[in-house]
Amino acid sequence: MSVEFLASPPVLILTVITILLLLYLARKPAHRGITAFFKVISSAMRLSARSVLQAEKNLQQRNREVLLAEGMLQSERELEREFQRVESIVNRDLQSYPGFHRQLSELLERIDNDYRTSAELPPSPPEWLNAVEAVAGIPDPSGKGVAAILGEINNSLDRHHKNAMEEYRKASGVRHSLLKRMQPAWRQLTKTLEKVNRSITSLKDRATLIDGRMQQYEQVLGQTDTAEQRLASSAMTQFLIAGLVMLIAIAGAIINFNLIALPMSEMVGGSSYIGNFKTSDVAALVIILVESSMGLFLMESLRITRLFPLISTMEDRMRVRMAWIAFGILSILAAVESALAFMRDRIAADMEALRQSLAGADAIVAQHSLIPTVGQMVLGFILPFALAFVAIPLESFVHSSRTVFGRLAAWLLRIIAWVLRLTGNIARRIGQLLVACYDLPVFPFLWLEERILAARQQTAEDIPVPATKKTKGKTS
Amino acid sequence: MKYPALLFFCLLLFFGCADSTSHSRAVYMLLDTSGTYTAELDKAQSIINYLLGTLSPGDSLAVARIDTGSFSEKDIVHKVNFDGRPSVSNEQKRAFRLAIDKFVKAVKPSSYTDISGGILQAVEWLDETDAGQKTILIYSDMEEELKKGYVRDFPIQLNEIKVVALNVTKLRKDIVDPRTYMARLETWKTKVEGGGGSWKVVNDLDRLERILGE
Repeated sequence: MSVEFLASPPVLILTVITILLLLYLARKPAHRGITAFFKVISSAMRLSARSVLQAEKNLQQRNREVLLAEGMLQSERELEREFQRVESIVNRDLQSYPGFHRQLSELLERIDNDYRTSAELPPSPPEWLNAVEAVAGIPDPSGKGVAAILGEINNSLDRHHKNAMEEYRKASGVRHSLLKRMQPAWRQLTKTLEKVNRSITSLKDRATLIDGRMQQYEQVLGQTDTAEQRLASSAMTQFLIAGLVMLIAIAGAIINFNLIALPMSEMVGGSSYIGNFKTSDVAALVIILVESSMGLFLMESLRITRLFPLISTMEDRMRVRMAWIAFGILSILAAVESALAFMRDRIAADMEALRQSLAGADAIVAQHSLIPTVGQMVLGFILPFALAFVAIPLESFVHSSRTVFGRLAAWLLRIIAWVLRLTGNIARRIGQLLVACYDLPVFPFLWLEERILAARQQTAEDIPVPATKKTKGKTS
Repeated sequence: MKYPALLFFCLLLFFGCADSTSHSRAVYMLLDTSGTYTAELDKAQSIINYLLGTLSPGDSLAVARIDTGSFSEKDIVHKVNFDGRPSVSNEQKRAFRLAIDKFVKAVKPSSYTDISGGILQAVEWLDETDAGQKTILIYSDMEEELKKGYVRDFPIQLNEIKVVALNVTKLRKDIVDPRTYMARLETWKTKVEGGGGSWKVVNDLDRLERILGE
C-alpha cells in the first residue's frame, strides 16, 4: 500500500522537484567541490610530468656525458693505434734510411765510374794524307817508282785502317759491356727509390688519417653537437651489428649445447635434476659458458677487447702467460667436446637401433658412414673457438647498449611525461564538463533565477534618480 | 690447501642445490591372463614396446600378471629401474623386451581374475619407486572374478596415481546389455577416484601417446 503511494505520479514529481531543489541549493558548493577535485588531479599530473621531464633532462645529460666519454676513449684508442702504425712504419722503413742512402750513394758512384769509363775515344787523325801528297809530288817520268810507293802506302793504309777499325770495335764492345753492367744498378736504384717513395706515401696517408682522427677528437673534446650526433649514430649501428652477431653466436651455442647435452647424461646421469633442469643439461651449459669465458679472457689477454681493465693493464709477461693458459683450457675443452660429439653419435645410433627393434621393424644393416661422426667431431672442436670470438661483439654490444638503452629510457620518460600532461588536461576538462552537467537538471531553477535577477535589475533601472543627487551633481 | 677447500665448497653448493622433487616416472602394467583374454596378450607386447621407447633413463617399469591371487611379488614378470646412463638404460630395455617375449610365449591362462590384488601390489611397488609420476596400466576386460575366500571389497589408497584401463573388451553379456559394460567401468572409476587416483580408459591402441599423457 505504501509502495503504491510512493510510486504514484504526484509523489514522484514532488520527490523529483525536491531533489532538484536540493541540487540547486547545493549548486555552488558542489561546483567548488568538483572543480577542486579535478584541479587536484590535474595539478598532480602536471607536477609529475614536470618531474618526469626533469628526470628525462638529467638522463639526456647523462647520456651525452656517457656518449662523449665513450667517444673520447674510442678516439684515443684509434689515435693510439694510428701512432703505433706510424711508429712501426718509421721503425721498419725509415730506420733503415741511412742504409738506403749509403746504398744509393754507392750505386750512383758505380754508375758514374762506369759512365766515365764508357766515354767514346775520338778516332785517330788521318796523318797518311800528308805523306801521300809528298810522294805524289816527287817527279818521276816513268811513274813506276811513285806508283809503287803509293801502292805500298795504300796497302799500309788499308792495313792500318783495318787495325784501327778493329781497335775501335773492341773499344765499343768494352763500352757496351760497361753500359750493360750499369743496367742492374739502374734497376736497383729505381727499386730503392720506389721503396722510399712507398714509405713516404704511406706515412703521408697515415698523417692524413691522423689529421682526420685528431679533428674528430677535437670535436669530442669540444663536446660539439656534430660529435654527439656522429657518436650516437655510430653507437646505434654498433648496437645493431653486435646484436646480430650475438644472435648468430647464440644460435651456435644452442647447436653446441645439443651436441653435448646427450653425452653429458652418460657422464653425470640423465635422471638427476637441478631445479627444473636436468643436471646433464646444466653441465653442458656450464661447459659452453666456461668456453665463452675462456674465449673472453683470451681476447682480453691479447688486448683485442678491453672489458676488464685489470687484465689489459697487467704486466706483459703475466698477460701472455694468462693468454696461453686460457688458450690451453679452451683447447682442452674443445677436445672434450669433440669426444662428447663422438659419444653422442654412438648413443644416438644405439637409441635408433633400439627404437627400430621395439617398433618391430626388420633388422636393418646399418651402413655406417664415418662422415657424420667426423663432421660432428670437427664441429665439436671448432665451435668452442668460434664462440671465443663472441667477446668482440660482446664488448661492442655492452658499450653501445649504454647509449642505446639510455636513449630509449629518455624516450620512454618523454612519453610518460606526455601521457601525464594529457591526463592532467583531460581531468581539468572533465571537471568543467561535470560542472556543466550538474547545471543541466537544475536548469528550470537557473532560468527562474535569471528571470528574477533580470526583473530586479529592470526595477532598479526604472526607479528615478533622486533630485538631491542631481542637484548635488549640478552644484559640484 | 685453500683452493681444494674452495673447490669442495663449490661442488657442495652445486650438488647441494639438487632438486628434491622427483621428475622420474614409474609405470606398473597389469596383464590379464585369465581365460580367453590370454589371446589379447600380443597387443600388450606393442604397448610394452611403446613404453620402453618412451620411458627415459631414471624411470621405472614393471609388468605383472593378473591371475587368481595377484597380490604377490611372484606375479611380477619383470621390473626395472632404468639407469641414468642412456647406454646402460638401452641394454636394460633390450633385456626387458626379451623377458616379456618369453613370458607371452609361455603364459598359461588362469582360472580367476584378481584385478584388485594386482592394483594393491602395483600401489606398493609404485610407492617404493618414489617416482614423481605414477601410473598403473590395466590391460584387461575389467571383469573381476575372485576365488572363494579372497577379500577385496575395501577401498584402495591410490593417492596421485593415474590408473589407465587398456583394451577393455566387450564380453558377450555386454553385447546383449551394454549397461553392464558401462556399469563395470563406472564401478572401477568410482573405486579408483574414491581412493584418490585418476581414471582413464584407452581402447584405441593406435593412440598410445594418450597413455602417459596428461
